[in-house]
Amino acid sequence: MTIAASELMKTPLNAAHRALNAKMVDFGGWDMPVQYPAGIIAEHEAVRTKAGLFDVSHMGEIRVKGPGALALVEHLTPNAVSKLVIGQVHYTAFLYDNGTFVDDLLVYREGEQEFLLVVNAGNSDKDFAWVQKHAPAYDCTVVNESPVTGQIALQGPLSLSILQPLTQTPLDPIGYYFFTHGEVAGIKCLISRTGYTGEDGFELYCAADDTEAIWNAVMEAGKHQGLLPAGLGCRNTLRLECKMALYGHEIDDSIHALEAGLGWIVKLDKGDFIGREALVAAKATPAPRKLVGFKTLEKRDIARDHMPVVQDGKPIGFVTSAAPSPTCGINLGLAYVPAELAKMGGLIQIEIRGRAVNAEIIPTPFYKRKK
Amino acid sequence: MFPADLKYTKDHEWLKPAGDGTALVGITQYAQDALGDVVFVDLPEVGVSFAQGEEFGTVESVKTVSELNMPSAGEVLDVNATLADHPEAVNEDPYGKGWMVKIKLAGDLADLLDAKAYEALVHAESH
Repeated sequence: MTIAASELMKTPLNAAHRALNAKMVDFGGWDMPVQYPAGIIAEHEAVRTKAGLFDVSHMGEIRVKGPGALALVEHLTPNAVSKLVIGQVHYTAFLYDNGTFVDDLLVYREGEQEFLLVVNAGNSDKDFAWVQKHAPAYDCTVVNESPVTGQIALQGPLSLSILQPLTQTPLDPIGYYFFTHGEVAGIKCLISRTGYTGEDGFELYCAADDTEAIWNAVMEAGKHQGLLPAGLGCRNTLRLECKMALYGHEIDDSIHALEAGLGWIVKLDKGDFIGREALVAAKATPAPRKLVGFKTLEKRDIARDHMPVVQDGKPIGFVTSAAPSPTCGINLGLAYVPAELAKMGGLIQIEIRGRAVNAEIIPTPFYKRKK
Repeated sequence: MFPADLKYTKDHEWLKPAGDGTALVGITQYAQDALGDVVFVDLPEVGVSFAQGEEFGTVESVKTVSELNMPSAGEVLDVNATLADHPEAVNEDPYGKGWMVKIKLAGDLADLLDAKAYEALVHAESH
């Protein structure tokens, strides 16, 4: 099915992207920039070495507030919400009873009993319905703030020096995965030291109507420091190099949190939560498959998302995400393989357009920034 | 965007007849723009013959891969070896330094598009 461009949802920055001559694509029903004229490689390198600015206004925001808010979010997610201090963020998930993913998300602790849940654009309606379904047992309100919220992500080593002149809020004291409220370019926003690129950076949440003003102010502030507008194309290669999961690829409703390598967000001792029983059982038996990182051995062998991993011509696993890596200069990917094959340095075979090619299992993340 | 001395396919390859029974083949400006940054071009061996429309290679960009289909039947006389180290030439100069193969023509060019017809096709696809 092809959705006409006019029917796609638009972020408050749609006109700004078009003015920058972005190449727009349908991303989960949203009309989003995949790249600007500089291209994916230049945008990727800008984020790794200087800075890039992303429109992530399509992400969903759900606010949970009230005396039962903490208990509800604890019930809905596997990470230890009570351990968050006010002003702290963590990565977590909504899981089904069987431990597979409804979605992955960030939880922001705005107050003792107030949380902002930031979810994937394509899952936003499903997630809101999921929270609403479980909320009646808890004394709290659940509000979908997605339509009235804009979000931009400034990412890269120069992020702090670009953003600081625009705000009175001291940025350096904000730790990684912490946030505060302040003004940027005179506009109220939530300033979060988070991101999906593996670099230092800030995600700014503001009123939808203010998004373009903040975007323009940051673009202007960074123009002499090498800042580029950055599209979803490099967002994908950047997150892949850091082995950050993407819903519909590394995680979905057929993969549980432990085989996805996300055991670190699952706190089995925190008390009950949806999916806990299944994950306790899963932990008791060795996982039959594992997510591994690989590189193909020949330059011409470029694996792509969803290609099969094969053995003697039969599918034994699948590639979740793969691409030529702009930073590493090799062809990388992530794949689910049978646990007995998930050995560092081991060889697996990936079927690329009917041809089985060799790939070596290598350590992940593929890229880690120098601190 | 649409050099008049080239012939085009609906799949966005171009063919440039040299007038001596040989021709150069590559992909169009529109095709390279749609692919984005090209990182690898897989080309055939010299001496191999292809039918019209047959796949003769692939072009890989950061985000996707596309088949290369022969605009006209022919035998490969030469391949652009510089693309091995400089695949970005396909983006920077698709009708010049980004050429892919030189073929000895073995078919006619009657059903290829001229620049005007190809421009109309691109216009229809991008609007």
